[in-house]
Formats: sequence, structure tokens, C-alpha cells
Amino acid sequence: MLSPSTMKAVRESGAIPKAPYLLEVEGVRKEFPGVVALDDVVFRLKRGTVHALMGENGAGKSTLMKIIAGIYTPDAGAFRLRGVDIRLKSPLDALENGIAMIHQELNLMSSMTVAENIWIRREPMTRFGFVDHRAMRRQTSELFARLNIDLDPEAELGTLSVANRQMVEIAKAVSYDSDVLIMDEPTSALTEREVDHLFKIIKALRADGKGIVYITHKMNELFEIADEVSIFRDGRYIGTHDSADVTRDDIIRMMVGREITQMFPKETVPIGDVVLSVRNLSLAGVFHDVSFDLRAGEILGVAGLVGSGRSNIAETLFGVTPATSGSIAIDGKPVTVDAPTTAMAHGMAFLTEDRKETGCFLILDVLENTQIAVLTRDYVKFGFVSQGRLTRDCTAMTQALRVKTPDLQETVLNLSGGNQQKVLIARWLLTKPRILILDEPTRGIDVGAKSEIHRLISKLAGEGVAVIMISSEMPEILGMSDRIMVVHEGRATGFLDRSEADPIKIMELASH
Amino acid sequence: MATGVRVEGAGGVPIKVRRKLPPEVSILGVLIGIALIFEILGWIVVGQSFLANQQRLTIIILQVSVIGIIAVGVTQVIITGGIDLSSGSVVGFSAMVAASLAQNSDYARAVYPALTGLPIIFPILAGLAVGLLAGTINGLLIAYTGIPPFIATLGMMVTARGLAKWYTRGQPVALLQDRYAAIGSGIWPVVIFLSVAAIFYVALKYTRYGKFTYAIGANPQAARVSGINIGKHLIKVYAIAGLLAGLAGVVTSARVASGQPGMGVMYELDAIAAVVIGGTSLTGGVGRITGTVIGVVILGVVTSGFTFLRIDAYYQEIVKGMIIVAAVIVDQHRQRRRKKV
Repeated sequence: MLSPSTMKAVRESGAIPKAPYLLEVEGVRKEFPGVVALDDVVFRLKRGTVHALMGENGAGKSTLMKIIAGIYTPDAGAFRLRGVDIRLKSPLDALENGIAMIHQELNLMSSMTVAENIWIRREPMTRFGFVDHRAMRRQTSELFARLNIDLDPEAELGTLSVANRQMVEIAKAVSYDSDVLIMDEPTSALTEREVDHLFKIIKALRADGKGIVYITHKMNELFEIADEVSIFRDGRYIGTHDSADVTRDDIIRMMVGREITQMFPKETVPIGDVVLSVRNLSLAGVFHDVSFDLRAGEILGVAGLVGSGRSNIAETLFGVTPATSGSIAIDGKPVTVDAPTTAMAHGMAFLTEDRKETGCFLILDVLENTQIAVLTRDYVKFGFVSQGRLTRDCTAMTQALRVKTPDLQETVLNLSGGNQQKVLIARWLLTKPRILILDEPTRGIDVGAKSEIHRLISKLAGEGVAVIMISSEMPEILGMSDRIMVVHEGRATGFLDRSEADPIKIMELASH
Repeated sequence: MATGVRVEGAGGVPIKVRRKLPPEVSILGVLIGIALIFEILGWIVVGQSFLANQQRLTIIILQVSVIGIIAVGVTQVIITGGIDLSSGSVVGFSAMVAASLAQNSDYARAVYPALTGLPIIFPILAGLAVGLLAGTINGLLIAYTGIPPFIATLGMMVTARGLAKWYTRGQPVALLQDRYAAIGSGIWPVVIFLSVAAIFYVALKYTRYGKFTYAIGANPQAARVSGINIGKHLIKVYAIAGLLAGLAGVVTSARVASGQPGMGVMYELDAIAAVVIGGTSLTGGVGRITGTVIGVVILGVVTSGFTFLRIDAYYQEIVKGMIIVAAVIVDQHRQRRRKKV
């Protein structure tokens, strides 16, 4: 590949014509500790088009988008904006170069007015150096008129609906004269009418010659709004097509059609009695009427898109956010799980999705991280910790899981993602759980650690532990699960047995 | 920082076993540095030694004992990621209550004429109870109303000071029994301070209480998912901090053999300063009692050194302020370095 400087030289010599694209990235690579998030990715955005990005969770869409928006810097690759090589240093840099991102979690200040939010940092000033509110209001009204948005510039942002806040974000992006707009699942929180309005605005922007990068999981939107679609899988670029030329099935096949590699299928073990049975479990506004049985030695895979409610179900089972209705029975006896403490008393353990936020004590050492959960019930006499015995058991456990660390006094922050994950698994295994809930047990960790964790889960099931495993990775779900529950928009949309499950069926249940 | 011994790890790969220097070493270095500066200045300015004076060194520790007792409680509060602004006022109120039960039987204008000449265990227990109650209220507010510790203890700071003044309508409580005054005289305050420090050194290091305290400060969400009842634990932590402030109130009133509503003003800030200088991180999860003890001694040395050099007392506060800020800058720096690893 040519380096950016030679590309520039070549183009200046006139040997190749100027790129016809608004934005062009090539050969982009981005690594995070232990994982390659993007590898040799290509993306070309034409003027006056809506370009959809599609792929499973973890396919690399978000990473690519963050690179385009200046949030991440790529490790390698060319980045050309309007045919010019450029290296973005920050999101602000991107914005000033005409690239704006409409965030999924909206980045606005809710206690300020609409107009203040749009013009922050660029407030029109009076002669005396005060903010000229009248000019600001006028500019906002003009902007809204141009975009056909009907909002009061003086309204406090926090009082607006999600849809209207999104309009404000779009208006803000346009006010920067951005010609690349990135939208990350913009319709996920909108009603049908609001979606229609949004699409009208998007079409107007497109007619205006802007390029829109549109990330979505919804097939019907894709066909309604997108001109082109690029598909990603496992951090790799699969292809770009005119949306008129492809069918829904083509896209699903491209999204999931991988050779199944690095898989460590579950061993066949005898399945025991029902340990956990869940009936009509609901958390108002988040998920509804989830029912299933889980048997000893069984692995129940939970598939679904991020935001489908699958992690919320796990949190509710473990008492982090107690259910608003429904029932949980363990060994046939109804139980109330209102806090993690009670869940643990019933023999549950929960490996959370976010290792850094809700898992590790990053500034504490390996020993302290490993021993904390079991300390709530064991190894304590008259308030004093039986540290000798506990350290021995923690050492044995971390060695059994092959945690790579110089010693137990190492700060967990200095461990790799895979080893951090093993420390967390060690923490829970010390509590000798009968029901193990794993949320993304192998996310963001390297292949070697991944296979070890898969083998371990399989072994635990063999010892009669009942496992619930949430995962975004299709091979993991297909390889490890005895049964698969698919969750979509807060409901269990289907159960598939190991023998009948395939990626296409899962994707269909997960995206409707 | 780390000295290394190379040993053969599993599979013949050499792994490094590090002997980490405890963080106290650097704080101790600061203490020695400050003491040496005073020593040198001493010879230059007043022509005598700062350190070669047994009496002065005793006085330094004696002066900071009360702050030290409070600082031990505040250390564990700060390790949970919280703060306690109420300790100075709690000292004041508990000093008043304890003193009012420790008056001489021949004193005609006693607060409770019927309760003079009591065995000194009663005023001591009353002082401790006041502290425990104030701390428990702090803990309950923080655990169950969700208000930040800063606000809960700020409220207690103002309220307890008000109670201390209201208790005798602003009058001091005088003529305390000699046996009560003995608690605060001689080497006793130092003994109490060091015993308290030793107890909580052990508690933070070897008990479940200590492990949970660090875990909550390091990552409250992870602590909750690990099955720790955070609310219940925080109530204990703040109650103990209050109890120690109550103890400090007893010692203070015994030391001057009277109770005054203005006792303990600004002590909370000195205690927080000592804790921070001692290397406890305001973001939680990191800190040790040994560091706090050294931090308290640093404050004492600065105060004593300025007096020794006959420098205006006003400069003391200016320098103390700068030391606190410098300590936090160093702490931030340490954290940033840790994150980069």
C-alpha cells in the first residue's frame, strides 16, 4: 500500500485522477489490546447519498464510524476527505472539517436552551462582548426553517422528546456546514411518525449533496432510505452494493456467512433437572414476559442485538435491577431476588458484560479482585479474614484458570483483557455457583484466552452447573449452546435447539 | 520504584517478582525533607537544632493527636470515595456533652447540678455516643436518600456546631473533675491516637470490613454486583468516623478541662488534609492508616517549625494550604501514571 505522502505525490503528478468520493478510507486497521477491531477496511462515501453500514454486533461498524468522526485514530490506512489526505486529531477537528456525528447517546446539555446548544462555542456576540441572544435566536430559526424543523429555539433542551433532541443534533451538525453526517441507529428510540419526519430531513440533506453514513440493524429502513450498503463482519470489509441490487437474504448471508473457525464446541454432558425456572419475568419498559427453564449441565445461549434487552434480563435475574413482575423459582421453590446478595445466596453468579465498569476493581490487585465475592459468605471468622487459606484457594483458582500475572499483588489494570476476564471468572467460581450467568464472556479478548474460557464453561456444565450465556458472537452461541433463546425488543422471540439452530434463523428472530 | 529479582517462571520463562516499595516511603521522605529544612533553617535563623529537642518532638505529636484520631476515621471514609466534613463540629458537640457530665460535685453552677461527680465512664460514653449518633445519621442519609456525602456531612457540620452552641446557650462548661482531665493530659492523647491508628490499621488490612471498604471505593458498581450491601457498609463507615470524632471531643475537653462550643473548628479540614497528604486518594479505593499518621505528623512539624523559627502564625496557614494542594497534585500524577501502564 502507498503511504499517504506518496499517494499525494502520485496524485499531484497527475498520474491518477482526483477521487470522486466525498470521503474515502482504505486499508484501515485498528487494534485494541488483544483484539483487532478493524482490518484492511475500505469505505467510500459519495456525495448526495445515504450509505448504510451493516453487520453484527462487534463487526467493526462502530469502530469505523468513530475513526471517521475523529474519536479514534487508525493504526494504519489512508483517509481522504474530498480527495485530500487528512489525519483527524479529535472529534472537534472532524467537526471543523465538515464531519459531524449524531450520537446514539445524545451529547447535548439538557439544562440549556436549544439555541445555546446549537451555537455553543460559536455564540454570536454583541459589540460589548456579551452573547447576542437575539441574533442567536434568529440564526436558529433560519436553520430550522431550512431543515423544516418546527421547534422553539428558546425551549430548554431537557424538556424535548428524544426525537426532537435528535433534530437539534442534526441542525447543529448542519450549522457547522458538515457534509458528512454520521447517524448511529437514529431511529432506535423514535415512533413511526417521528421516523417519517427524520427520513424526510435525511432526504432533504441528501438532495443538498451531503453524504450520510447510516448505521442500522433494521432491514426495512435500509431499503427505504439507503442508496448504498456496506457490509462488515468480524472487523473486515465484506462488500458494498447498491441497495436496489440486493435482497434482505443476501445481506443476512453476507453478515453471518463466515467459516466457523476457532470454535470449541460444548462437550455432550448429561442434562439434569430443572434448576432455574423463570415465568413471565418483566421489567417495565425494558423487557416483557420472559419465560424459560434451565437445567443442570445445560448451556442456554441468549442471542440478540445490543439493546434488545438481553443484558437487562441477566441483571434482573441476578437482582441488580429487580423485576417488576413475574416469578423466579430455583429447584422448584419460588424465590425473591431483590439484590445481588440474595441471588448469590441462591447459588447464582453473574459475570457482567462490562469488565471495566461493573466487573474489575481496576486499581486493586489480583488477590483482592478474586476474593471479594466469596468474602461475603466465607473465609471470615469474627470479622477477620482467614487470609492464609483464602490466598491459597485464590492462588489455586487463578492457576487453574491460567491467569497470566507475575503475582497476586499485580494491579488488575496491568493485566490483559483476557486475564482480567479470567480473574472475574475465578472470583465467581470461588463462590461455587450452581447457576452461572455469563454476559459476553469472551468479548474483546484474544483467541487463546477465548478458547480456554470456552473449554472452562464446557467443563463447568459437565460438573452440573447450569449456564446462561449471552453473546453477540454467532459462532460462540452456535458452538456452546444446548439451546438458544433469541431476544428482540425486550421479548423472547424464539427458542432454537442446538440441532436446528443456524445463523440465518437466529438473525431473523433477532431482527424481524 | 521496583527492585527486581529474576526467577524462572512456569515453562522456563523468566518472570519478574517485584518487591514494591510501600507508598508510605515517599510520604516519609517528604516528612524527613520538611524536618531537615527546619533543621537547617534552625541553625541559620535561630542558631539551634530543631530536631535535637526531645520536648519539642513530644509536643508535636501531642498537638496533632486529636486531629490524628479524627483523621483515622476520615481515612476510611475517603477510601470509600466519600468525605466527612462534620468531624470538627462533632468534636465540639461531643466535648460539650461529655464535659457537662464530668463536672466537679462542689461546682454550684453545673449544667446538671444533680449529675456532678459522676464516675468518668459516664461522660466518656456520652461523648462517644454523641459521635456515634452523628456519624450514623450521616451514614443513613448517604445510604438511603442518595444525597452526596459532601452535602450530608456539610449539613451535619452546621447542625452539630449549632447543637454545641445551643447546649449551654454558648456558655463554656467549666470545672471538670481531675480524673476526667487526666485523659487529656500527659502522654494519654498520644497513646489513644496511636492505639486507634493501630486498631484501624489492622481493621483495614485484615478484616472483611476493610476489604469491603476498599472495594466500594475502587468500584461501587462492581462491589454491588459482587454481593456487597453498599448502603449497610457505608452506614458502618460513617458511624465509626463519627465515633472517633466523639472520642476526639472527649480528649479535647479533658485536655483543657472544660467544654467550649467552639472546640474543633476547622479540625475536619486539618484531618482531610492529613489524610490526603498521607497518600489516600480522594477518588477512593486507595489509602492507608500509616500514610495518614505520617500526614498528621507532617502537619504538626510544619506548625511547630514555624513557631520554632518565630515566623508569623499567618504564614503557617499559607504554607499548609500549599502543602495540601501539592499533595493532591502528586496524587493525581500518581494516578495518571498508573493508568498509562
